[in-house]
Amino acid sequence: MSMRTPLKTARHLGSAKEGADHFWKQRVTGVANVALGLFLVWLIASLIGADHATVKTKLANPIIAMAMLALVISGTIHMRLGMQTIIEDYVRGEGAKVACVMLNTFFAAAIALACTFAVLKISFGA
Amino acid sequence: MADVHSGRGAPPARPLSPHLQIYKPLINMVMSIVHRITGAALYFGSALLAWWLISAATSPEYFNYVSSWFETWPGKLIMIGYTWALLHHMIGGLRHFLWDTGRGYDLETIDLLSWGSIVVSLAATLVIWFLAATQQGGV
Repeated sequence: MSMRTPLKTARHLGSAKEGADHFWKQRVTGVANVALGLFLVWLIASLIGADHATVKTKLANPIIAMAMLALVISGTIHMRLGMQTIIEDYVRGEGAKVACVMLNTFFAAAIALACTFAVLKISFGA
Repeated sequence: MADVHSGRGAPPARPLSPHLQIYKPLINMVMSIVHRITGAALYFGSALLAWWLISAATSPEYFNYVSSWFETWPGKLIMIGYTWALLHHMIGGLRHFLWDTGRGYDLETIDLLSWGSIVVSLAATLVIWFLAATQQGGV
């Protein structure tokens, strides 16, 4: 039986070169989300009970559409990073962890894709 | 974390250090986990925003169908809950930005910021939905 620890396989490889990337992206998108989140609250509250034509006209407004796209981009990056931290904290076992981290990316990407497609379709006059 | 075995059978039963259940919950502990829970709620709730946007991009009929779900009582509660989760997570995030600068770590400030998060997020949620309800003639 070997007494060697797995440390030897990690030695001399250096760092992953990502450093504070996760932390910093979470902060940058977080700052953006403060403004964009307030925008979302205003948008939804102003569209309570509105009919389809009103909602489409509002979402097709260039400023609102761009803010919505910014929210979707910043929001999905932020939520993906946040959920990754939750998964890394709670999911036991490397296989399950890798699978969950991957599913997390797929979910965030699906949300981003669906929202972006919908906003662009409305904006471009569907 | 990889389990380390001595190779001599089952590990002996060792005493465990005190964990969460042994401590009286402090407000900053509660805020910490609530920040994570609201984050997770916003994560899954983003599917509702996607559903609503897709419905608006599909057809008036499908948009009306989706809207009818949001107009039910559970739908309204989810919308109000989502607003609170968003505001609470946002205010918690602002608190973290302050802490990132190395400020606001004395106990009085921590307690003030923690209670402030609850009060401000609840108050803002109530004001927003009260205004929305009165301006649109019913939520």
